[in-house]
Amino acid sequence: MVDRQVSATAVKKRAAGVLLRPLVGLVMPALLVAPWGVAKDRNEEALKDLFFGASMFEAHQERYFDAIVGLDTELDQYRRLDEPELDPFSAHFGQAQFSVGDLELSYRMHHEAGRAIEAVLKGNVPQPVKNEAAYRLAKIHYHKQQPRNALHALEMIEGRVPERVRPEEQFLRARVFMELGRFEEAVSLLRDLKGESRLEGFIEYNLGIALLKAGDAERGVAELTALGKRRSGDPAQQALSDKTNLLLGSYLMEAGELERARPYFDRVQLEGPFSNRALLGAGWVEARAGRYDRALVPWKLLQARQATNEAVQESMLAVPFAYGKLDVHSTAAVNYGFALDKFGREIDTLTASIISIREGKFLEALRRKEADQVKNWVVTLRDIPGAPETHYLLDLMASNDYQEFLRNYRDLNDLFERNESWLESLTAYEDLISLRRNYYEPLLPGLDQKFRQLDARIRMRMEERDKFAARIEQMLVTRRPEYLGRSEELESLEELRQLRARTRNQVVGEDSLRRLERLEGVLQFRLATEYDARLTEAYKRLQQLNVEIEKLQTVYQSYVRSRQAATHSYTGYDDTIRNVRARLQQSQDRLDMLMARQGKMLETLAIDELERRRAQLENYQIKARFALADSYDRANELQEQREDQRKVEALQKAAEIVIEDGGAEVAPEPESSTAPADGDPLPQQNPPELGVPAEGASAQEVEQ
Amino acid sequence: MFRILQLTVLMLSASLAFAQSVSRDEIRGLDDQIQDAKQDVIELTAELVQLEEKLLFPSNTQAAFFVSLPKESSFDLEAVEVKLNNEVVAHHLYTFRELEALRKGGVQKIYTANVQSGNHPLEVSFLGKSASGRELRATASHTVEKRVGPKFVEIEIAGEQSAISFKDW
Repeated sequence: MVDRQVSATAVKKRAAGVLLRPLVGLVMPALLVAPWGVAKDRNEEALKDLFFGASMFEAHQERYFDAIVGLDTELDQYRRLDEPELDPFSAHFGQAQFSVGDLELSYRMHHEAGRAIEAVLKGNVPQPVKNEAAYRLAKIHYHKQQPRNALHALEMIEGRVPERVRPEEQFLRARVFMELGRFEEAVSLLRDLKGESRLEGFIEYNLGIALLKAGDAERGVAELTALGKRRSGDPAQQALSDKTNLLLGSYLMEAGELERARPYFDRVQLEGPFSNRALLGAGWVEARAGRYDRALVPWKLLQARQATNEAVQESMLAVPFAYGKLDVHSTAAVNYGFALDKFGREIDTLTASIISIREGKFLEALRRKEADQVKNWVVTLRDIPGAPETHYLLDLMASNDYQEFLRNYRDLNDLFERNESWLESLTAYEDLISLRRNYYEPLLPGLDQKFRQLDARIRMRMEERDKFAARIEQMLVTRRPEYLGRSEELESLEELRQLRARTRNQVVGEDSLRRLERLEGVLQFRLATEYDARLTEAYKRLQQLNVEIEKLQTVYQSYVRSRQAATHSYTGYDDTIRNVRARLQQSQDRLDMLMARQGKMLETLAIDELERRRAQLENYQIKARFALADSYDRANELQEQREDQRKVEALQKAAEIVIEDGGAEVAPEPESSTAPADGDPLPQQNPPELGVPAEGASAQEVEQ
Repeated sequence: MFRILQLTVLMLSASLAFAQSVSRDEIRGLDDQIQDAKQDVIELTAELVQLEEKLLFPSNTQAAFFVSLPKESSFDLEAVEVKLNNEVVAHHLYTFRELEALRKGGVQKIYTANVQSGNHPLEVSFLGKSASGRELRATASHTVEKRVGPKFVEIEIAGEQSAISFKDW
């Protein structure tokens, strides 16, 4: 009976979402434990890579797909770098690896998450990192209901795991021990964990269960009782207390400890997700103790609740059953009649729901976008025209596996829609590429021709500049004044040289010769004396030229890049687009097939559940019909007995009068005000048989 | 008669309840295939995102703007408006989840532009509330110096302290 343990997040998730889901939602060992608890802790360091931050932005909003795509892209690019340690992403590399594993786990990609973590375990990383990885791997195995593998992973931990996950690791270890039937070890671990605020309530619950399973019933009950007595404003904690009380009440009732069981049922809050079952249980405790009048109090309360609930439906039979036991058969008959009406209507609803599911309306409703945004969307699905009555599916939908199926189905639908959107985008990209091609292709040949002309001039100027630079370099080493002569100076020098050469062949005056030499000397002197200043001037001008040349080169490079960009904007995409389109289409076919299979599974399980409930109601209907007939018979019988009794009493009274009167007239038979004229035992709303004690007891119970 | 007992037992082993109509192997097989399909789509999407970026925002013209909040900020950011070259290019209203994601260190890529090399004026305005409920608004300017490679600008909105600060990446 006390069979499984509970995880903190399982309760939190459900309490935050569909609180009216029943016990199953709390019992499952879900391990989608808030992965961001760990990632968040690591976020202490400053951000070094914007794109890592952008992926985290998606991750913190639980948009797992986008976050995984972002991180995968970053990791892939990082791994392809020649010197990855120089990239700012290296500061986040470790965290990114862990985060991908976490995100994949949250996105229900356990294989990938497991692979990522195993890679960390095999890698050359410090032991604390390995320990944390082993803990995460254990979580995955535990979630996949593989406790042995989980334990194996936990055994890989050497030393202590990082402090921030230590309590969770110990808690997981305890639950693994419980799954493996090693309750004493679980008890020991859970005792050590008591007082850990993050797992408050869940430790005590599991400790109580472990003690019960280990055979220490007294301590187990005491532990659970203490937990059940807690009151909390937190819906999750309150739900845990209620669940504990319901469990203990049921446990003690099964053990035959009826007096001890009742208070536990009474402690369950009247409006919580466990209230219906608690009311039913409270009634059964009293009924088993033979106090049917007291059993009626919770059952009557339950009878007025949502008619689709299993406990409420059972109470519809339990109430007349109790009335029958109290010999109030006419009221029992009325209640059986009421139950039959209800069952009939609910069977019709169930039949319509089954038809609706078979027509695909259920899956259609699940695919709607509102499902993501509306709280308690499972319940609100029923408001969609033609959708099935989802109240009947709440228990099923709250189960761990069904939740997984639902999420998978919705994930597949989301992926399908994403691919569809990409296919549309690809068409748009092709249009864009075509427009670019039509624009650039006629334009580029003319541009290229002009560019070639410009390019030739630019190259010539560049060569000139290089020549000047080389000369200046040379002049720094060897003095060459003639290199810095102005054109008129150089021309004059040349002219003077020619004149001197001509004087060799002609007879000229000494004066003229000296004059030529003097003029040449003046020019040489000027070149020699102004050499340094001119060299400095030339150097400065070269610097100015370099600035201009640099600008020219920038424009040149910019043009070259723009030219390349223009070409790249429309060439080289055709094959890529063709390839990804084909892969997208393949992926769509695959997703379509998987959606159909997952959808079929969801429909089958939903129909099975509805059919089970319908069969149950039909069974109740049969029982109610027999019980109704029996109640009529008994009511009739009782009425006849009463009639007979009344007659006997009347006769006795008459006989007494005759005796007293000494044989005077016999009194006429009195008319019964309640007896039907035709003898038909009609049920009565307020039968005299109900009696004061039962009503009094009910009133007391209600007051309590 | 005592269905509550049966119910409780049923509840406690609920995950096994529908094993009859759908087998565990079937569930596991389908789950494996779904995981593979997810991995395929993730890889395909990563490729498509890169293709899209290359096609729509080539590196020589790409300029991307990111919004962040200081760590543990208690400031409630409500809206941000981004003007580039004196034109409103982005306007965003924040949901609760987005705000929480920013507070936890997430960075929102608010806008990606195609701009030529050179300087471009950027103006950012925000609207929000302080922890005490006081309305806060501010505007700040920055010059985006776009060069050959892609340009990334982080816009940190601190609310009360330094209001808005820019960081070129």
